[in-house]
Amino acid sequence: MDLTTLIFKTIFLFIILLVTLIVAMYSTYGERKVAAFMQDRRGPNRAGPFGLLQPLADGLKMFMKEEIIPLTANRKLFIIGPSIAMTTALLTGVVIPWGGSLTIGGKEFSLQIADLNIGILYVFAMVSIGVYGIMIGGWASNNKYALLGAIRAASQMISYELAMGMSIIALVLTTGSLSLHEIVSQQHGMHWNIFYQPLGFFIFITCAFAETNRAPFDLPECETELIGGYHTEYSSMKLGFYLFAEYINMFISSAVIATLYFGGYNMPFLDDLGLAQNTVTLLGTGFFFMKIFAMIFLFMWIRWTLPRFRYDQLMNLGWKGLIPMAIFNIMATGIYYFFTELT
Amino acid sequence: MIFLFYFLSAIMIICALAVVFSKNPINNVIYLIVCFLAMAGHYILLNAQFLAVVHVIVYTGAIMVLFLFVIMLLNLNKAIILRKSTVTRVSAVITGGIFFLVLLAATRQTFEIHARYPFTSEFGLVTGIGTVLFNEFLLPFEMSSILFISAMVGALMLGKKDV
Repeated sequence: MDLTTLIFKTIFLFIILLVTLIVAMYSTYGERKVAAFMQDRRGPNRAGPFGLLQPLADGLKMFMKEEIIPLTANRKLFIIGPSIAMTTALLTGVVIPWGGSLTIGGKEFSLQIADLNIGILYVFAMVSIGVYGIMIGGWASNNKYALLGAIRAASQMISYELAMGMSIIALVLTTGSLSLHEIVSQQHGMHWNIFYQPLGFFIFITCAFAETNRAPFDLPECETELIGGYHTEYSSMKLGFYLFAEYINMFISSAVIATLYFGGYNMPFLDDLGLAQNTVTLLGTGFFFMKIFAMIFLFMWIRWTLPRFRYDQLMNLGWKGLIPMAIFNIMATGIYYFFTELT
Repeated sequence: MIFLFYFLSAIMIICALAVVFSKNPINNVIYLIVCFLAMAGHYILLNAQFLAVVHVIVYTGAIMVLFLFVIMLLNLNKAIILRKSTVTRVSAVITGGIFFLVLLAATRQTFEIHARYPFTSEFGLVTGIGTVLFNEFLLPFEMSSILFISAMVGALMLGKKDV
């Protein structure tokens, strides 16, 4: 890797980090506005025009609050917990192809930080490490509600990871590649994977809700039973990290869904306009973000529409509903490709 | 590169020793997790991206979560000091020693296999592993999956109260 590429990647890395944080910050605002809209309220409207400065005010409040570590807590692990949650949430962004390639000064730069050969599996690895943030934090609090929340989170995430992985296997059968860059470039034109894998998409998005601990699957922090779930004992910015990690996860999983099933930065008819390549790339990135925001809106819409599942219903849905469906999907896809490849 | 190798190896050895000598069960599990992550780093140094990621998903992400889960459920908060009788200790040492011998013998056998498969940077990628696994080791591969299924069914049967 030569120096200019290295510099470009470093700058790009910081841009993505910044964008991720800003999107996560304004997701909190967006969520409250969407909730207000659904419930016929106004939502935050005091700080700045339309309440746009509300996330900054919230962040400031988080920083200024007194930091409390319970006397009986395991101090080291209590601090490590939120750090793991935040770190793994941020690490996932590096494999997502944010756009095509830009040509600057006769040199081509791909708008993806790392085009890993196994990009989609990398996302899974990060998600599976992310469980530790919740588990360690919940255990280290030394509070029974926090422990119950942590255990619920762990069992829920392990259960839904299975179905999620299986829905991806069917997708990999159709695309024949594990690299996210390759998967996106195959969806050029209107060949979006959602048309080829509708059942897989349904399973994947259901599991994504469960993996990000969003309603209707937010059992780990179910406030009617567990006070605050795994972050009951947390205060100030450590609590902020947990909440923020949830919003980052939502952003990243929306990006992954848009990449895998909605063609990523591809948009039909964009190539027919006869624009320069750099313009096409930037427009593609813009469309990609529009898809991501649409997905985030879907996440919020569902949160404020559906009531929370009961715990046994959650496990039944995961093990008896989604996993058999995912296996059926794999078999159907396999049989289809077996017979079409033969002819 | 060589610096990274020594760095990862040092982490692995320190964490592995900490797993053995630490008294708190939760700390043991966490040290083992760090040890596994460092091992994934070793795979990446060999350009075996697929192996590294699968290692993280399976061992770090699934098996160790279950370990942590069980320890949390048993609520082994306090450091436990085991007091075993002399007979148990001596037999434990002998069993451990025999297991070490088996491992040593198995490691010696791998030299022969190394010679048959010269190292290429493509080996740890998906295509490399897939080609070897499904061409040369198809039967053992399928057998092991049957073994997994039977183990899972067996665990279910044991877990059920009335069969």
